[in-house]
Amino acid sequence: MPNISEFSLTKLVSGIKKKEFTSEEVTKSFISNAEKSKKLNTYITECFDEAIKYAKNFDKKKEYGGLLPGIPIAVKDLFCTKNIKTTAGSKILNNFIPTYESTVTNNLWSEGAFLLGKLNCDEFAMGSSNETSFFGNVTNPFGDKLVPGGSSGGSASALAANLTPATIGTDTGGSIRQPASFTGIVGLKPTYGRCSRWGIVAFASSLDQAGPMTKNVEDCALLLEAMSGYDPKDSTSVNTKVENYSSKLTNKVKDLKIGIPKEYRVDNMPDEINNLWKKGVDYLKDAGAKIKNISLPHTMYALPAYYIVAPAEASSNLARYDGVKYGHRAKGNNLVEMYENTRSEGFGDEVKRRILIGTYVLSSGYYDAYYLKAQKVRQLIKNDFDKAFNEVDAILTPSTPNSAFKMGDKKDDPVSMYLNDIFTVPVNLSGLPAISVPAGYDKNNLPLGLQLIGKPFDEQTILNLSLAIEKRANFNKKINVWWN
Amino acid sequence: MSIDKDTVKHISKLAKISLDEKKINSLSKDLSSIMKFIEKLNELNTDKINPLTSIINASLRTRKDEIKDGKIRDQILKNSPDKNEEFFVVPKMVE
Repeated sequence: MPNISEFSLTKLVSGIKKKEFTSEEVTKSFISNAEKSKKLNTYITECFDEAIKYAKNFDKKKEYGGLLPGIPIAVKDLFCTKNIKTTAGSKILNNFIPTYESTVTNNLWSEGAFLLGKLNCDEFAMGSSNETSFFGNVTNPFGDKLVPGGSSGGSASALAANLTPATIGTDTGGSIRQPASFTGIVGLKPTYGRCSRWGIVAFASSLDQAGPMTKNVEDCALLLEAMSGYDPKDSTSVNTKVENYSSKLTNKVKDLKIGIPKEYRVDNMPDEINNLWKKGVDYLKDAGAKIKNISLPHTMYALPAYYIVAPAEASSNLARYDGVKYGHRAKGNNLVEMYENTRSEGFGDEVKRRILIGTYVLSSGYYDAYYLKAQKVRQLIKNDFDKAFNEVDAILTPSTPNSAFKMGDKKDDPVSMYLNDIFTVPVNLSGLPAISVPAGYDKNNLPLGLQLIGKPFDEQTILNLSLAIEKRANFNKKINVWWN
Repeated sequence: MSIDKDTVKHISKLAKISLDEKKINSLSKDLSSIMKFIEKLNELNTDKINPLTSIINASLRTRKDEIKDGKIRDQILKNSPDKNEEFFVVPKMVE
């Protein structure tokens, strides 16, 4: 019998339901992998003993209800978990034990899943390589010293290395889709408002959204269905029906209209990314979709606008870390000195950069020139998409302008690091859903993803199109285990 | 626009983050390159554009102002680095 940990989430669910194997067997197989894989540094907190206990109790049940019966799941350490340490990858939250559970994780537990552990991520989700975490770099299973992308890098690596059957991340500018592309997995950022933000450590509140990261598209539909939904506790959560994404999933995409935006052909983009994009077009044509060239003229302004809006919101959100209510506290001779020393010791370099940029663009005399300007540009970017979606059902682009890079390569140059998110950021600024689906490899055998962008609340269409690509791309997910 | 060392010092005061001289130097360089990148937006004329205020096409909901949880003082105090009975403790402010 093949190793259970290599099964898809969907196969695990059906196997448990049919009693082909127990929840305990499933849980132990992932724990055994995780214990041999410390070198990847994916787990910040392991909940293995509790997970086995939960699984044993689960196996005694007569009826298995829910979408995820008896499934252990490790999640990004940005989701607050009751009585389990939640760090956001930061020293300042190194000792924070929430007394409440995030709505999204709670939704998973209501469907029968349980917590396997908390996964490494960039500090406060600020980063594209997982190198800003206080808990150290995460390694990409595709190669030693290779970054997994970020900020949901621990989630992406743990999933690709079979250390969790599925996982959830958060995406503020590409933090689910870029690491998904770098590690050969599927990652979806839902429409803003689809999933509750309640209980997720906040980075940029008008951009943050939680989403599923899975081994294939079918799993992605299932996990999205389990985690989505209206939540009165998040005032931006939208009260629209959650579709039965998994039962409605189909690769019949005939006559759907797919837009190809010319502005995503950026300078210095490697040929292999361009070729992958062309292959994606061919796959969808083969599936009967209609291809249409479109223009999103303000694309090049998305990243600069993002680096005003996101730091501005971050500087406000992170003002709460003052060493008084929770988290790390440093010594100081008076209150202000205590604040200043706490925040200096508690935050890493990238977080400091973003807080300071945010403070600067919001400071007296600069608000109109930067923040207001960025919000106007954001409107223009959103208008581009609104116009495009009058003509097409979805938009196809590469997920990233390059494959996974070496640790240290971009660490000292913030702007070159930011350019990694050039294709993913416009989607967050516009609140749209988008998915990255693995579609091929570069010349070094590193995975590459394609991105499908959908209309608001039309996750179903991009899931269906991804399935059509997945069926044709024949992406081989087998990785040689070199890190044990 | 470049962010000189005095500006870094000023905004770090506003953001309540203490910095040593070495950090101030490196931040001045980093923040200047980020601001240079951001200034690409000045190419666009946005005089007649309304700023985006919400990406969900709905106004924020209102709800009845009523207490639904409450009585969670112990939970709120649980993670405090320094507390005394039902209070957060901070360094002395007033002589």
